[in-house]
Amino acid sequence: MTATSWRHGASHAVLDVEGIGVALSGRQILEGVSFTIDAGEFTGLIGSNGAGKTTLLRIILGLLRPSAGRVLLDGAPLSRQNRSIGYVPQKVLLDPDMPMRARDLVALGIDGDRFGIPTPSKRRRAAVEEMLHAVDAQGFADARVGTLSGGEQQRVLIAQALISHPRLLLLDEPLANLDPASAQEIIGLLRQVADQQQVALLLSAHEMNPLLPAMDRVVYIAGGRAASGTTDEVIRPEVLSALYGHHVDVLRVSGRVLVVAGPGANEDHCLPVEPPRAAG
Amino acid sequence: MTDLHWIFEPGFFSSQPVHVAVTIGGVAAVVCAIVGVFTVMRGQSFAGHALADVSTAGGSGALLVGLTPLTGFIGGGVIGAAAMDMIGIRRVRGRDLATGIVLGASTGFAALFLYLDTTSAAVTGATQQILFGSIFTVDPSTIPIVAIFSATALVIIAVIYRPLLLSSMSDDVAAARGVPLRLVGLLFMLALALAVGLSALAIGAILSTALLIGPAAAALRLTKRVGSALALACILGVGSTWLGILLAYDSYYWGSSHRGLPVSFFIVGLTFALYLASGLPVVRAHAERRAKQSGEAP
Repeated sequence: MTATSWRHGASHAVLDVEGIGVALSGRQILEGVSFTIDAGEFTGLIGSNGAGKTTLLRIILGLLRPSAGRVLLDGAPLSRQNRSIGYVPQKVLLDPDMPMRARDLVALGIDGDRFGIPTPSKRRRAAVEEMLHAVDAQGFADARVGTLSGGEQQRVLIAQALISHPRLLLLDEPLANLDPASAQEIIGLLRQVADQQQVALLLSAHEMNPLLPAMDRVVYIAGGRAASGTTDEVIRPEVLSALYGHHVDVLRVSGRVLVVAGPGANEDHCLPVEPPRAAG
Repeated sequence: MTDLHWIFEPGFFSSQPVHVAVTIGGVAAVVCAIVGVFTVMRGQSFAGHALADVSTAGGSGALLVGLTPLTGFIGGGVIGAAAMDMIGIRRVRGRDLATGIVLGASTGFAALFLYLDTTSAAVTGATQQILFGSIFTVDPSTIPIVAIFSATALVIIAVIYRPLLLSSMSDDVAAARGVPLRLVGLLFMLALALAVGLSALAIGAILSTALLIGPAAAALRLTKRVGSALALACILGVGSTWLGILLAYDSYYWGSSHRGLPVSFFIVGLTFALYLASGLPVVRAHAERRAKQSGEAP
């Protein structure tokens, strides 16, 4: 926190999500979601499929208007066009016949939103080269993107998102289709990116175990609400039970965490539990 | 020149209809190649085909009211593009639906207009002309109009070049960076309508997708940069169009019946052959080697 204040002369977080609620076609998806992320912080957005992770990311990106609450970026409300947010979406169309090399895709991150044809320059090439180096993608920089492996494509997409030097990097399920070894590599790379570039990082995943060693904080979504804090603060039976609305147990097995439904969950029997901790 | 007599039959270079055909065919091929590369990349080939059907209705309708087919092709295409945008071409799931609805409706109109065209004494050979093209009978005064439509399509593509690439990869990334997706999508559909209309003039409304998709799809298989894909698509498109015109001209002298075969058949046949050839392992390996060499150069 002190590093942030010193670097930017202000005490607010890079991302400040305040009481976000959203209803889609009459159904309440999220309610009262609040958390903050500081520069250089690696935050995992954990929840099962359909919990509302992508919805929350879309709200932070300004693609979806929340019905309640607000999102602040460096203390200011979201603007329509936001170069301060880098985004790696879940679904990217990288067809084998897409006529782009890895380096072309990265270059598109510089000014892909501008009209007109780009003019090549030494500065562009140097910026792309530097970013390819940062994500360790130089070995396949000239390969067609559609022929790359899932892990290699993720590296290229991360480079594309980072090349405009955003303050916040959002990644939607970047580990979803990776084998465990590639997933570990990507997590290591992202940890390094957060540290070296002091970017605030929010990564969604339905499986938290691979992230445990790298995560500074976790935002856990269930039942339309979220709890945030360090993993020790959030991944506890009483906090998660309150989110799910029924009793869950948290089992720790050789460094891994398992969240399992407790007895009585099927009978809709809610235990009296404490409210989830506020962000902070 | 005399040695090439057996390739270029007498009068090929001095014939004015050939000059007009080579000019209009070449221009249409370039526009189609460039718009086609983005069409294939965005997975909107089906939309291109639907616009061809709208062009059929437009072209046949134009003849009825005494306008030139080109006016009808382009007019129909632009209206069709707008209709598809309204129905929901932007949503991935809406795409097929919008395209299908517009395609069905326009084919119905085309059936009506072509029937009226052929039953009215004023227009002869309308069905052949609209559906399968008649590049040798195009009025030379059409050339300036063709030039204006072509320039418009190319300028549109140049303006939306980068947002188009970004949104081809991911609409969400483009939207998050402030790209006006709807405007970009609509402008692209407009360029697509222009390309299809020009292609309809060259090879016929019902065949127009061939010139749009064939050269582009072949080029995309063989290149790994957008710039080289565009250049190669242009070469393949113009090449097969000009060769098709030559073969159609020559076909008049084949055999003794002195019946020229339709130029559209040759052009479409050549683009199809090119696409098949682009999939041959030998061709792909060669392209890969060349790309590798150029990639290693500083």
